[in-house]
Amino acid sequence: MSERTPEPPDVHTDPQAAVDVHLDTSQEHLASVVTNEAILELPPEQSGFGEGVVGEVLLDIEGLSKSFGSVRANRDISLSVRRGEIVALLGENGAGKSTLVNQIFGLITPDTGTVAIKGDATPIKDPRDAIARGIGMVHQHFQLVPVMTVAENMVLGHETTRGGGVLDLAAARTMVRELSAKHGLAVDPDTEVEDLPVGTQQRVEILKALSRKVDLLILDEPTAVLTPQETDELLAVMKELANSGTSIVFITHKLREVLAVADRVYVLRQGAVVGEVATKDTDAKGLATMMVGREVVLSIDKSAASPGETVLEVQDLHVVDDRGLGAVNGFSLSVRAGEIVGVAGVEGNGQRELVEALAGMRKVVSGRMALGSLDLTRANPHQTHHAGVGHVPEDREKHGLVGTYSIADNLVLNEFDQAPYAKSGVRQFDAVRENAEKLREEFDIRSSGVMQTAGSLSGGNKQKVVVAREMAFKPKLLMAAQPTRGVDVGSIEFIHRRIVEARDEGAAVLLVSAELDEILSLSDRIAVVHGGAVVAEMDAKDADRTEIGRLMAGDH
Amino acid sequence: MAAWVQKNRTTLGIGLGVLVAAYVFYYAKHDIAPSMFGAAWGYAIPLVLAALVGVIGERSGVVNIGIEGQMLLAAFAGFFGAAYSGSMIVGILAGVGTGLIAGGFLAWTTVRWRMDQIIAGVVLNIIATGITSFYLKSGEILPGVIPNVDVPLLKEIPLIGETFFSGRSAIALVAILAAVVVHLALFHTRWGLRTRAVGEYPSAADTAGINVERLRLVNVTLAGSLAGLAGLYLSMDASASFERGITAGRGFLALAIMIMGAWRPLRALVMALFFGFINAVASQLQLTGGFDVPPQLTGTLPYVATLVVLAVAAGRVRGPAAAGQPYVKKDQ
Repeated sequence: MSERTPEPPDVHTDPQAAVDVHLDTSQEHLASVVTNEAILELPPEQSGFGEGVVGEVLLDIEGLSKSFGSVRANRDISLSVRRGEIVALLGENGAGKSTLVNQIFGLITPDTGTVAIKGDATPIKDPRDAIARGIGMVHQHFQLVPVMTVAENMVLGHETTRGGGVLDLAAARTMVRELSAKHGLAVDPDTEVEDLPVGTQQRVEILKALSRKVDLLILDEPTAVLTPQETDELLAVMKELANSGTSIVFITHKLREVLAVADRVYVLRQGAVVGEVATKDTDAKGLATMMVGREVVLSIDKSAASPGETVLEVQDLHVVDDRGLGAVNGFSLSVRAGEIVGVAGVEGNGQRELVEALAGMRKVVSGRMALGSLDLTRANPHQTHHAGVGHVPEDREKHGLVGTYSIADNLVLNEFDQAPYAKSGVRQFDAVRENAEKLREEFDIRSSGVMQTAGSLSGGNKQKVVVAREMAFKPKLLMAAQPTRGVDVGSIEFIHRRIVEARDEGAAVLLVSAELDEILSLSDRIAVVHGGAVVAEMDAKDADRTEIGRLMAGDH
Repeated sequence: MAAWVQKNRTTLGIGLGVLVAAYVFYYAKHDIAPSMFGAAWGYAIPLVLAALVGVIGERSGVVNIGIEGQMLLAAFAGFFGAAYSGSMIVGILAGVGTGLIAGGFLAWTTVRWRMDQIIAGVVLNIIATGITSFYLKSGEILPGVIPNVDVPLLKEIPLIGETFFSGRSAIALVAILAAVVVHLALFHTRWGLRTRAVGEYPSAADTAGINVERLRLVNVTLAGSLAGLAGLYLSMDASASFERGITAGRGFLALAIMIMGAWRPLRALVMALFFGFINAVASQLQLTGGFDVPPQLTGTLPYVATLVVLAVAAGRVRGPAAAGQPYVKKDQ
């Protein structure tokens, strides 16, 4: 981050003031970080240079509507973004945020309505047109070619060439180095993208967008895959960019981030804008209420835990990752009935492999794990399930659901071959449907019916299907890996409440999450992992945020 | 340069080893070696061209199993075009043009209409077999021959000059040239970067402002001209006659060569040569006898070699990730 922002500001403790601290708004500095030199020519009131100054209207959307079949993804949306402004689009899963920004970037053509860029309301034909008009976008799913180098990815579409079509990769490398120095985002131009960690891939994505002349940068859920530290770095970069006259539209679920960097928020619900508010006039509770349309309980009310006998016992577990390298290295932990143990750690410290091993999806190299008196070290997923382990997997699309099956079938995915869902090898559809109707009601799965395919649900509702299935059989141990990732506020609240209820009914709960907030608010006991082993265990009520952050970073 | 050598040291090492072995064999067995190398290259020529068709297609994200059909149609059109018009030029144009049309057929069905690429390829092969068998006429002869070309200077090199640059048909030279040009284009030009992006991760190319559909259409169609040349070589150069099923599975062999060459043009060229050489060894064994091996068994040698190499290569090489998948934009 070079000398401009000596250390990532701590957004956790004071969201309102946080990122502003280290900003330099002198003319020279702004000129050195500007993304589009044309901005320098504009007078300050138009260019939006400096803190608190907003310039000309850069993006003006009027009456935008878009339907996919019978689903109205966007309904009569109007919004505007001025130069130098950070605007957040907030909404639950399926509220139409991505559809909206994809229309700004020319990936989707609106049914009605206009999108005007700098007063020019000609329809945006395709991404090429959008880019030419000064729009850059960082997509939720990175749009990088994995087998190509950073430099190659950066120039794709606007290649530096010499003598006709011959690539000039040396110039591309220089460009990457210059850009990366200018914006304080370190990347090596010669690494292949697939070898980079997710956070760095995102840096490449952002630099790629900035390598064109950008006036408006769209970020589609940029922090979904980032660690808290990386998130803070990103928020600081966003602030910096806005101060140098680049407008930013960003999509997120996380209220904390909105309050930390955005100037204004548009709240979307069911495809329509239900509210527009300046962040200084609102707070987390107000935003959440607008999003969901009712009061939301952000902090979980839970009574003190009353732990019983030990349910899960893991001793000196060793597991390797897909590349055959040690991911879990001597992990030991015990979870008792009636308590929630949160596993906190920066992603990639063996959490995924640990959960997969516990669920029977991954081979254990050495060590032992037991559920009560049952040894599960060599068990397969079928056996672990029947031993009483409920598993909410990290990747619900891949391991949690069969997208093309109905909700009803997904709800009996691990018991479809047993009574009452099957008799003598013949499926009992009435029982399956009855079960589904009951769970749909109980877990508030919003769908047109239980025969709707699971793949067509929004993220939050997909997760509710998984949670419903894994909780309905009253597991002795509930393992929840990133249970609220990519899930909207309303569903988060619901899922959290259910996890606490499971605990109160006597289940042992192992919660693995990259969200420190989630760990802190749900857990009774916290285990911090680093390098595939527990480095510290503490009672949740004694837990200190910065202390855990330090332990997570490997400082112990 | 040093970095490049370091990165490709395995390939370079193996290449050097093979080259040395070839020269040793050339001087040690001077009675049979030159003709064996000649036969090897002769067999490899259409394979190189056809493998390039596969490489260009898959690098753009389109699996082309219709190469066999493209070659067959072009061989047919070229031969009878020349025979009926009495002009070799007309024949060549007809052959290359037919290759282009067949490539265009595959491109439009798979890219524009998003038909399953495997099925489209099979359809092309069936159509080609049907048409060329039905309209086949025997007794036609070619009005001339495709000229042989000597390359000055290069032909003086022992072994290499003799095999590649002296008394070889023009199509053979085009094949070498095409492999070099496609290699350079694929890895050192804007077109190449875009083509590879489109074949690996089309939505990344799309969001970078590249027209995925158009690039695929153009690439697959143009690659058809190389398939056309490969077909021409068979009916107008190697045999000067058109027989039913003249391609004899070479279009499919080319796909194996493409995989063995790790989707890289120059490696595919080398692999085609290797395959040709195994073939030459098989014929030599049948010719000289000596061994008490039934000819049916030696005839399987090239195919056994392919199997072995593919088994070794499988898992080590990785093809373009998006090959075989039609690209659907968000809006559609």
